[in-house]
Amino acid sequence: MSDQPVMTAHRAGLIGCRSCGRVWPEEQETCDRCGADLVPPDRRGLQKVWAWWLAGLVMYVPANLFPMMRTQTFAGLQGSTEATILEGMVELIHYGNYDIAVIVFVASVIVPLAKFLSIAWLAMVAGQPATVEQAHARLKIYEVVEFIGRWSMIDVFVVAILSALVQLGFVASIHPGPAAVSFALSVAFTMLSAQSFDPRLIWRGLPLRSRTGHEGQD
Amino acid sequence: MDARDTFDLTTGRGLIACPRCDALHVEEELQPGETARCIRCGGVLAKPRGGAFIQLIALSFTTVVLMMGAIFFPFLEISRMGFGNATSLFGVAMAFADGVLLPLVLAVMAMIVGLPVLRSFLLVYTLVPLAQGRAPYRHAARAFRWSEELRPWSMAEIFVIGTAVALVKVAGLATVHLGPAFWAFCALILVNLASRGFMCQTTIWDAIEDAGLRTDGREMAQGRTP
Ligand SMILES: [Zn+2]
Repeated sequence: MSDQPVMTAHRAGLIGCRSCGRVWPEEQETCDRCGADLVPPDRRGLQKVWAWWLAGLVMYVPANLFPMMRTQTFAGLQGSTEATILEGMVELIHYGNYDIAVIVFVASVIVPLAKFLSIAWLAMVAGQPATVEQAHARLKIYEVVEFIGRWSMIDVFVVAILSALVQLGFVASIHPGPAAVSFALSVAFTMLSAQSFDPRLIWRGLPLRSRTGHEGQD
Repeated sequence: MDARDTFDLTTGRGLIACPRCDALHVEEELQPGETARCIRCGGVLAKPRGGAFIQLIALSFTTVVLMMGAIFFPFLEISRMGFGNATSLFGVAMAFADGVLLPLVLAVMAMIVGLPVLRSFLLVYTLVPLAQGRAPYRHAARAFRWSEELRPWSMAEIFVIGTAVALVKVAGLATVHLGPAFWAFCALILVNLASRGFMCQTTIWDAIEDAGLRTDGREMAQGRTP
C-alpha cells in the first residue's frame, strides 16, 4: 500500500494465474494447478472488453425503445397496455410508489449507464501512466462495477414474475416484450465485458524505481 | 506465519501473484483466522477459517435442500374476489415449457435455481475428499474453477428483490401472499452469505495441490519450449 515500487510477476519474467494465484514461467500457457488459461497483463486483452461492451450497448438501445411487457387486464376489457422501462417508472410514480420507482430507476437506468461509462474509461486509461493513488481509485471503480453489474437483472426478474402471475388467474395475460430479452442480454454482455477486463492493467503504468527501458509501460 | 518453503524466481514455485495487481508474494502457511493482504492493492489474498471445508459442505447441502423446497412449495399465493390460488416455480416453468418464452424462462430458472444447485454439487465434489484427508477426485480442480467462475451468474438474491418489486406493482389489484418457497429463497441468501464467509479460494487451491492432484495429463507437457 506504499509508494515503494513493487515486484510483480510480470517484471520477474513470470506469469500469475488469475484464477488461483499460482505463478508460472512466462512462456507457460495453462495453469497446471487449476487448468485456467494464463493471460499476460497486456492491452491486447482489451479487445474482448470492447467487443462485449459494444454488444451490451447495442442491446441496451432496443431495451429502452421497445416495451418491457404487454398487459391485457381482465380479458381485454380495459384494453391492453404496453410499457417501456421509462413508462413503467412513470406509472410507479403516478401511483405513489416512489421508493420502488427509485429502485427500478437505479437498477435499469443509472447502473447500466454508469457501467458503460466506467468500463469504457477503465479500458481507455488501462496501462497509461498513473500515480499510485489513481491506480487505487481505478481498482475501486472496477470492483464496484464488478459487484453491481448483476443487480441490473432485477427488472428482468420483475417481468418474469409478473408474467408468472398469469398462472394465478390474476390478469388475462402479461407478455414479456422484446425489451425484456434485449435488456437481459445487455446486462449479460456488460457483465462479460467487466469480467474480461484485467485489473492488473491498471497497475502497468506505475513508475518504476529502476527504469531499464523495456519494462513498465507499454 | 512461517514461510513454508523456499521459493524459486525462475519457475514461480512457492510464489503467489495478486490476481488484481500482479504483485508477487511468497506463499506462507496461514493459521486459521489470519488474513493475508496484498502489499500493493490491499486485496485479500487468503483468509483461512478453521473447519471451513466441513462448514462449506454442510452449507452446500443446505442450499440443495432449500432449493428443492423453493421449487416445489408455493411461491406466491394470490386471492382476488374470494378465489385463492397458489403456484410454485416448478408449475410456472412447466406452464411456459412450450411457449416462445421458453429461452427466457430457461435462462431465469438457470440463474436462480440451476446455478446455485450446480455450484453446490461442484463444491461438495471438490471438498469431500479434502475434508477426509484423501486425494481429491480427478476433476476437482476443474470443478472448483467452474464453481468460482459461475458465482456471478448465480442470482437468487437478486430474484428475491425482484419479487418484492413485482409485488408492489400488483399490490393495488389483488392480495398477494408470499408462500414458503419465497422464505426458502430468503434463507438461501443467508446460507450463501455464510458460505462466502467460510470460502477461501487460496486455501482450497493449496489443499487440492497438497493432496496430490494429478492434473489431466497436462503436466506431461510442462517441458515444452515457448
Ligand atoms: Zn491457476
